[in-house]
Amino acid sequence: MQWGSVSEFFAMGGYGLYVWVSFGVTALCMFGEALAVWRRHAAAVAESRDGSLGG
Amino acid sequence: MGINWFKYSSPQAFHPLAGKMVPWFSVAAGLLIIIGLYIGFFVAPTDFQQGDSYRIIFVHVPAAWMSMFLYVIMAAWAGVGLGLNARPSFMMAQAIAPTGAMFTFLALLTGAMWGKPTWGAWWVWDARLTSELILLFQYIGIILLRAAIDDLRRADRASAVLALVGVVNVPIIYFSVKWWNTLHQGASVSMTESKMATPMVAAMLIMMLGFWMYSFAVTLTRMRCVILDRERQPMWGNQTSIQEVAEAR
Repeated sequence: MQWGSVSEFFAMGGYGLYVWVSFGVTALCMFGEALAVWRRHAAAVAESRDGSLGG
Repeated sequence: MGINWFKYSSPQAFHPLAGKMVPWFSVAAGLLIIIGLYIGFFVAPTDFQQGDSYRIIFVHVPAAWMSMFLYVIMAAWAGVGLGLNARPSFMMAQAIAPTGAMFTFLALLTGAMWGKPTWGAWWVWDARLTSELILLFQYIGIILLRAAIDDLRRADRASAVLALVGVVNVPIIYFSVKWWNTLHQGASVSMTESKMATPMVAAMLIMMLGFWMYSFAVTLTRMRCVILDRERQPMWGNQTSIQEVAEAR
């Protein structure tokens, strides 16, 4: 491991902004998509249940 | 004809099966990505030429690969759908498109994040970058075309044709760094040789596997949504199957 300290790790040898934006946006997109699709499925299941009860 | 086929292929059977697979793919994705990030940030050394900015490739390369893999898989399902008039195939293609578009966007964004410190430019109209941008427009076009057509059958077929025709762009993206004299560097890893240190390659490949597992989990869940949504369409109206699907969750 080449990091002397935590701040050195976050600085990424001066490229911190580029590295953390890349990883951060990727994480946000993937978590966001997974959450959205999971909620959409839960809603679709709930709606099918209501539909079958009602009719 | 289509109705009979549908009976045997049975999205109602697929829905609970996919539901059983999704947790495994999700766990595998989480573990692989954590291991990949650990190796990428704590085991892989700093690159002697690019410094630590090169670590962006641990998300950039897997995202770029997924953007192309998913397009090919989507186009293949679209082709099967057109050839066999198989609605579940069209539904798979529909379920894959948004995830493919997301990875294409991420490949472009992380590429810009790498390009700025390395080339001094966020963007250049280079063959690799331009063809990848076109891929993003293709995904968006396919999603929008589907959304614009109310008749499900016509929406399926039209977006499938568009997906199939557009598959020619995938080899163009892949070989662009060979065919044209581009700013984008050539492939760092091939089947036979690697220009990178072992932990770097390991981190990249493990991240890619993680992204694969993620894609399986998300597209299968979206496929389940598509099944449920279409079940509620009047033309698919079948109260017992709706109930079965809901209860088999």
